[in-house]
Amino acid sequence: MSYVRLVNVTKRFGDVTAVNSLNFEIGKGECFSMLGPSGCGKTTTLRMVAGFEDLSDGEVWVGDRLLSSPKKNHYLPPEKRNFGMVFQAFAVWPHLSVYENVAFPLRIRKLPDSEIDQRTKEALKATNLLSAANESPDFLSGGGKQRVALARALAINPDVMLLDEPLSSLDPHLREEMRFEIKELQQKYGFSIIYVTHDQSEAMALSDRILVMKLGVVQQIDTPLNIYNHPANQFVFSFIGLSNFLKAIPQDGHVILPDQSEAVPMTLKPPDSLRDAALLSLASRPSEIDFTHMEDPAGLHGIVSRKAFLGEIIDYQIKVGDQVLRVQKGRRDPGPEPGAVCAIHFLRPFWYKEK
Amino acid sequence: MDIIRVEGVAKSYGQHQVHKNLTLAIKKGECFTLLGPSGCGKTVLLRLLAGFESPDAGKIYIDDTLVSDVAHRLEIPPENRGLGIVFQDYAVWPHMTVFENVAYPLKIAKRPKEEMREQVMKMIDIVGMHGLDKRLPSELSGGQQQRVALARALVGNPSLMLLDEPLSNLDANLREEMRFEIKELQRKLDITVLYVTHDQEIGLAISDRVAVMNETGEIQQIGTPWEIFEQPVNPFVFHFMGIANSIEVRRENGAYLVGKGQQPVPWKSPEGDTAHWIAGFRPSDVQIARDGEGLRGIVRRANFLGAMMDYLIEIDGAHLRTSIETHRALSENLMFKAGDICTIRFLNLLWFEADKVKEAAQP
Amino acid sequence: MSSIKTKSSFGVAQVILFLSIAILVIVVAFPVLLILFNAFWVNDEFNFAGALEIIKEPQTFQALKNSLIIATGTTIGSTIVGTFFAWLVTRTDLPHKTFMKSMFLVPFMLPSFIGALAWKMLLSPNAGFINQFFIQHLGFTGPIFNIYSYIGISTVEVMYLFPFVFIQVCGALERMDPTLEESARISGAGLFTITRKITIPLVMPSILSGALLIMLYSMAHFGTVAVLGIENGIYNIPTLIYERIHQSGGSFDAIRTGTVLATVLVISAAIIIYAQRKILGSGHYQIIGGKSFRPMELKLRGLRMPLMIFCLAYIAFTIVLPTVVIFLVGSLKTYGLAFTFDNLSLDNYKFILFDYKVTRDAIFNSVTLGFTAAIITMFAGVMISYVIVKMKVRGKGILEFLGMLPFSVPGSVIALGVILAWSGQFGINLYNTVWIILVAYIARYMAFSLKANSAALEQVHDSLVEASRACGATMWQSLRDIVLPLVRPGMLAAFFLIFLPSLRELTVSIMLYAPTTRTIGVAIYTLNEDGETVISAALAGIALIIIILGQSVINHFTKKAGV
Repeated sequence: MSYVRLVNVTKRFGDVTAVNSLNFEIGKGECFSMLGPSGCGKTTTLRMVAGFEDLSDGEVWVGDRLLSSPKKNHYLPPEKRNFGMVFQAFAVWPHLSVYENVAFPLRIRKLPDSEIDQRTKEALKATNLLSAANESPDFLSGGGKQRVALARALAINPDVMLLDEPLSSLDPHLREEMRFEIKELQQKYGFSIIYVTHDQSEAMALSDRILVMKLGVVQQIDTPLNIYNHPANQFVFSFIGLSNFLKAIPQDGHVILPDQSEAVPMTLKPPDSLRDAALLSLASRPSEIDFTHMEDPAGLHGIVSRKAFLGEIIDYQIKVGDQVLRVQKGRRDPGPEPGAVCAIHFLRPFWYKEK
Repeated sequence: MDIIRVEGVAKSYGQHQVHKNLTLAIKKGECFTLLGPSGCGKTVLLRLLAGFESPDAGKIYIDDTLVSDVAHRLEIPPENRGLGIVFQDYAVWPHMTVFENVAYPLKIAKRPKEEMREQVMKMIDIVGMHGLDKRLPSELSGGQQQRVALARALVGNPSLMLLDEPLSNLDANLREEMRFEIKELQRKLDITVLYVTHDQEIGLAISDRVAVMNETGEIQQIGTPWEIFEQPVNPFVFHFMGIANSIEVRRENGAYLVGKGQQPVPWKSPEGDTAHWIAGFRPSDVQIARDGEGLRGIVRRANFLGAMMDYLIEIDGAHLRTSIETHRALSENLMFKAGDICTIRFLNLLWFEADKVKEAAQP
Repeated sequence: MSSIKTKSSFGVAQVILFLSIAILVIVVAFPVLLILFNAFWVNDEFNFAGALEIIKEPQTFQALKNSLIIATGTTIGSTIVGTFFAWLVTRTDLPHKTFMKSMFLVPFMLPSFIGALAWKMLLSPNAGFINQFFIQHLGFTGPIFNIYSYIGISTVEVMYLFPFVFIQVCGALERMDPTLEESARISGAGLFTITRKITIPLVMPSILSGALLIMLYSMAHFGTVAVLGIENGIYNIPTLIYERIHQSGGSFDAIRTGTVLATVLVISAAIIIYAQRKILGSGHYQIIGGKSFRPMELKLRGLRMPLMIFCLAYIAFTIVLPTVVIFLVGSLKTYGLAFTFDNLSLDNYKFILFDYKVTRDAIFNSVTLGFTAAIITMFAGVMISYVIVKMKVRGKGILEFLGMLPFSVPGSVIALGVILAWSGQFGINLYNTVWIILVAYIARYMAFSLKANSAALEQVHDSLVEASRACGATMWQSLRDIVLPLVRPGMLAAFFLIFLPSLRELTVSIMLYAPTTRTIGVAIYTLNEDGETVISAALAGIALIIIILGQSVINHFTKKAGV
């Protein structure tokens, strides 16, 4: 069942179209991420949902409530939308105590004192902040401040929580911990999440569905696993993890390397639909390439130009003709030494047309 | 031959003792990394070597020349130590062009104009800044500024280069690229590099040898990256070098049992009388399966991270994390959900006495 | 501690430290100490009661009260006006905000005593143009507003001082992380609630610190009170000090009264500076944001046009009108004539620039004094700042303390101090020469130089110097090649920060001038006192032109330097 609905949402800044005719629906209790590089329009979209940016075109709905529609000249200001929102830079108010920060949205709603107290304490408890209730947020760490922001957003029991890169100001280890906390809070309270991030592993770990965006245009909307297994295009492929792109030219149903330095194994065939392209990319992930023996008919030959021990993984750089591929194997997997000639096997090759 | 010898060096700031009786030798031509958590005094040591700080006790030799000797009140100023230094914040002079920055050491050394120009341009090429010599630092990205700093440190042909967290202000991709470039430069120019960092991955990736320091500035272990990672001498080094699992093991009637349950650890037993142990292992030291031999556990959390599946597993009250490549998980039916039963086998295990681990955890 | 380092820079570091301390002691600390000494030390004994007696005298006590009344009024008025306009130009959809913002900064450049002169011409009870207009044409029986009053004085001071608050609050509002307000909005608060509960409390430290600056400035302010108050018998501390010293020709009693009053000023200044530091130190919230969006704008809706008209009227009334009056009066053949085309000419300007020795001397004196003071203070300031910011030498603490002094010593105190120090009691008599004014200027403007130069030096990170040492450069080579080039913009800023205000300086010069050593400010003031209103206005007009030209040069330079 769709709960939040964006219909043809478009945002133009002067001549620049920041968000181009965006359509998606989010179910109740779903965690939906918008993923993309900086400047792709994901934050602008979130701010349009929140009401901080006007729409140039389109409509935003929550349930049967119309929030924004320039055509119908309808606009509900942010304070009337009843969302919870958490910002990247914490945005906790340093002149108020932790308790007062969290109680603020309740006081604005003029709830009875006893209810304010009870709901504030509940939100503080859910975020492990009860002991810090009377402190100034200035004395809290980054993670602590972000918990205050979360508690403040929780206090009003919102149906929809908007999260704008909430973890990117935190240390990496704290980031992971907070990620799980957010997920747990969602399971407990059942709100929907719209989550904006540029970190693919964060989006993968948290989301029920992910929207991948580039230059204001949707590239793919799907579950994390489907995005990983079936990336819609080369951009999505490159954005969700380390990636190699080996250039190749189609020839008689097979491919050859542009410099023809090595023979490409006959088993590496592009799909029929791409046979007429002038230039193709063979896309692969460094972890999805195996070393094989030199006589393997499926092996592509190359030279190990670099081998680095990174602890859990060993990182290889393989030169194939004048192109370079990266291969990552576990620390226990056997692999060739620098300078050696080797054969590699692609476990999951993807093919894309090069422009 | 040792290019740096530090003998019994001590240094404190007011009440705060950073180093006491520190001894260290670095071989000529190697890439040596000083690895430790922030505040452990690794940068102080680098500054002592550079001559920006003076030791309270001890001697420092660089290239067999005594440069610091507290007993004889000898202290060679930094400008006479013949080092190249690269700082975390680049320290590129904003009022000079790339060329002027790189040329400065040669200008100070009063080299002839022609020779200077040739050397500077060559060095700018080597660090991959060809054609940018007339730019001002404000027109360069962070990575390019750090390249200028590298060129400036290298242009005077130092035999020793000190690098103080030179990559930590760069973003992740650039950091990865630059660390290999630094390694390349070191090989190409055949110089000794002392690299100071808190990032264990960089330390592993570029070093010939690594020294791991603890919070109080004591060197815990010196060895090749492989030795440090695979054969850590103590829990501190083990934990510092990457994601590390430790599960509690207790001895009962001669058997070593995991957590609160009755399953014995499928690995050779530790030596010693202690009753309480910590079994340490990396996520990659674990093999996870649906059934078969091994410890029975429950998947508490399954976390899809793209290329990796990350699992939190509970075995009778003990928790461990392991990960498996997604494509393998998919092809080998190892995509677990929270609540699934699984079995765990070890490929490697390190034994630590529980009491000592606890001590180490309390600074 | 370290052997070689101290050996190589031992002599030099100590010499620089000693020189820096010496400059601050001679120029600032010694005169201030002399004031305290004279205030409390009578006939070789400490006499606190005597000082109290002087304060209790009706006239001195009244002056103290007046200073307090005027400063309080000015501070409250400026804070309200400054905060309101700052909020208007940063947080609302007021039309032409950038233009308004630059106009609100104009009063900063204008000397307030010239403004006071203009307002005297406009609103003096009998002769003021506006009052006359109302009486003659609209049938009023008396003046509609008497500028010779507490309210009049405070109002004029507000016009010229509110930018102190305006700048501070604008800066805080502009740097403030917009998500602090947005998160209040998403919490359900409307924009007025947010302004009240979030925005204003968050910028309160900036408001208070600006207000305290105004308090300090107004307590010790000479010009406006001298022009508008004395006619009606309203003296504040600086004007009374001037009056006493000037009337009595340096008698013991006058000096003693002066020193006691000056002591009160020094103590008030110290309290205010302390309070300001306290507010800025502890209460300053971290509100600077990472991601920058344009902050929300309050839609003024129906109030948009009325408020714009209000702002334009304010600008016209407080900036344009007084300036026009100065130039018009400066063009009159005789004061009192109507502003008809026949009565206006440029003769007065020609006269003061080329023929009239008094004004020609004054312009020459101000320019040379300002230039010399700016050069000396700039170099002394960079040296002292270097010791304070960068050097690690023993005895630096003394210098840090001395370095705070210039910030808390008001102009009239400095003037009195240099009179005590350099009138021959200690072997050197500079009284009645330009040199005593120069010394006083250096003391007065040292704070500006220290501020600009320390800010520039703090930008020069230690690693920049260490990098050059590692490249083989010695300490001196590093100073020459790295530090000096990098602080040059700071030094240049310091130069202009001193040169321009010194062109219009009045408070210090008025106490120290001799017939041949008038400055522009003194000449404008004394000519006006002597009834030479049109000549005085013409000179004021010339001064305004010089100041505005100078300011444009600075703006040009700072824009080019990308500051």
